Amino acid sequence: MERVIKALKWIGLGFFEPLIMLIQGKEVEKNIRLVFRQIIVPVLSVFIFLGACNIGADYLFKVERDRKIEKTRTVQGDAAAKQMQECIDSGDESCKPNSLPSPADVKKGAISLWEDHKSISAKKSAFKEKTAAINKKRKEAGQKAIVYTGRPSFVDQIYTSLKTVFAGFLLAALLAIPAGIVLGLSETLRTSINWIIQILKPVSPVVWLLLVSMVVKTVLANSDSDKSFVISFISVGLCSMWATLVNTAMGVSSVDQDYLNVSKVLRLGVFSNVFKVILPASIPMIFTGLRITLSVSWMVLIAIELLAQSPGLGSFVWEEFQNGANDSNAKIIVAMFVIGIIGFMLDRIMMFIQKLASFDSK
Amino acid sequence: MESVIKEKIMLECSDLKKSYPTSNGEFVVLEDFQLQIKEKEFISIIGHSGCGKSTLLTMIAGLNDITEGKILLEANKIQGAGPDRAVVFQSPSLFPWMTALENVMLGVKQVFGHATKKQREDICKYYLDKVGLSDAFHIKAKSLSQGMQQRVGIARAFALKPKVLLLDEPFGMLDSMTRVELQDVLIDVWTKEKITAVMVTHDVDEAVFLSDRVIMMTGGPYAKVGDIAHINLPRPRHRKVTIEDPDFYKHRQHLLDFLDH
Repeated sequence: MERVIKALKWIGLGFFEPLIMLIQGKEVEKNIRLVFRQIIVPVLSVFIFLGACNIGADYLFKVERDRKIEKTRTVQGDAAAKQMQECIDSGDESCKPNSLPSPADVKKGAISLWEDHKSISAKKSAFKEKTAAINKKRKEAGQKAIVYTGRPSFVDQIYTSLKTVFAGFLLAALLAIPAGIVLGLSETLRTSINWIIQILKPVSPVVWLLLVSMVVKTVLANSDSDKSFVISFISVGLCSMWATLVNTAMGVSSVDQDYLNVSKVLRLGVFSNVFKVILPASIPMIFTGLRITLSVSWMVLIAIELLAQSPGLGSFVWEEFQNGANDSNAKIIVAMFVIGIIGFMLDRIMMFIQKLASFDSK
Repeated sequence: MESVIKEKIMLECSDLKKSYPTSNGEFVVLEDFQLQIKEKEFISIIGHSGCGKSTLLTMIAGLNDITEGKILLEANKIQGAGPDRAVVFQSPSLFPWMTALENVMLGVKQVFGHATKKQREDICKYYLDKVGLSDAFHIKAKSLSQGMQQRVGIARAFALKPKVLLLDEPFGMLDSMTRVELQDVLIDVWTKEKITAVMVTHDVDEAVFLSDRVIMMTGGPYAKVGDIAHINLPRPRHRKVTIEDPDFYKHRQHLLDFLDH
């Protein structure tokens, strides 16, 4: 049991501890209070939130309904208006006014996205089966395999987004950590480069995207690689690398003087000094930077995909908005929660890795 | 002392001066400081806080610039820090991400570059064993208690086989029980190795118990040697025997009198 609690704490679910203790009948009074505060109140707040959403959505729906009826009346006359009112009140999807979806609509949207994913997956595997024999032949003949080019499902979009964010994050880490170490070691370099960092750090992701696409367009002009993917992951990397760069430089430049003294007394070489002393000592700071970088990359990714027209959650949201179908708004809200939950999970994963890598926390 | 044989001078400070420039002219910590330390001698430097005794030690270690004068190690002027002057720092200053053994090994690798891996490991293990850590070779430094960390610090310094051992208030951060324990560990290892040692301390008992000579420094600024006590208590010293020696209290009183005025 102790181990279960410890494991829960490790993954950041420590708030379940009092519930487990309560089930075991330990320190009942204290744990009842804790369960109330850490579990019951948060769950209750979720319901209050849903309720508030429902009331808000209801109100907006009514406003939109009245306006739609009024509009019909002025354009087409009373009879059409009455028909419209009846149509809306009967709950018919075809004449439903377009307003903020209620929680129930969002749930419906989520289910329809899932159904859609299942049907697309089924189509995909059917396609694979059908083309398996042909592709085998094509491969033997040295030709490219035929791939499924149908519409991606919502889950495919999530997968693409995660792929892009990881590529961008990796790029950011590969650029920022070495650069941060070099900057941290040399004060001259740090002060001479500082202005570039300070100016480029606040630049909006949109501008980075444009800049990157200017370059990539020329560089990859004759290549058949996925340009929109390359553009979006490079932009994500460039937007998000600054936190890691600054943190690494700061971590490296502020290593405990005691450690540096030991290194001097032992006359460690430059290589040993950097890799055995300075780098391990700045690991906690570097990981704090990486954690910020990952959450920034996830945040800018959506905006960048939206603009770069590269597949992913961002373009999904944008397409749904442009689409304007009855359940589009609900799907956008589903996407919003999915984005939020994935962002939260990514942050938790980084926190977990950070805990493993740091020497100062036990 | 009583011997007529000319003893080798291991470490010599002559006309040493340390000053810092401030907005109101220079601030002189230490001036006209002379000190000769013989081979295999254990010296303590005692004085009030801020008298510059730690500054002196870091200057000998090569971690602090010398303003004027010079420090000679076996008649050669010192240049920067180096493993020939091993330091036991006040805070243990171990690398928390390494095990006890790795912490000692890091220095041993630098000094005994030609030895085989096995030989180097034996050196590390020998000294860790001597400071009572034979069960803690592979424990990460961050998981060791302060006292145990300082034991590793002592092992690390001795394992370098330095010409001079420098101890900068090595037990200052420990509670009194642990401090006494570590003084015993230190004197045991030192008795075997007889490495010339310079220790900075606040603790009068510690200074008398461990040293051959205690240098008493006048208060700063412009600190210099105020008085020197020759502690001729018999060696090897053991706490129980040494503390009951009437001379122990004579020396102790001598130091306290100096520090009092």
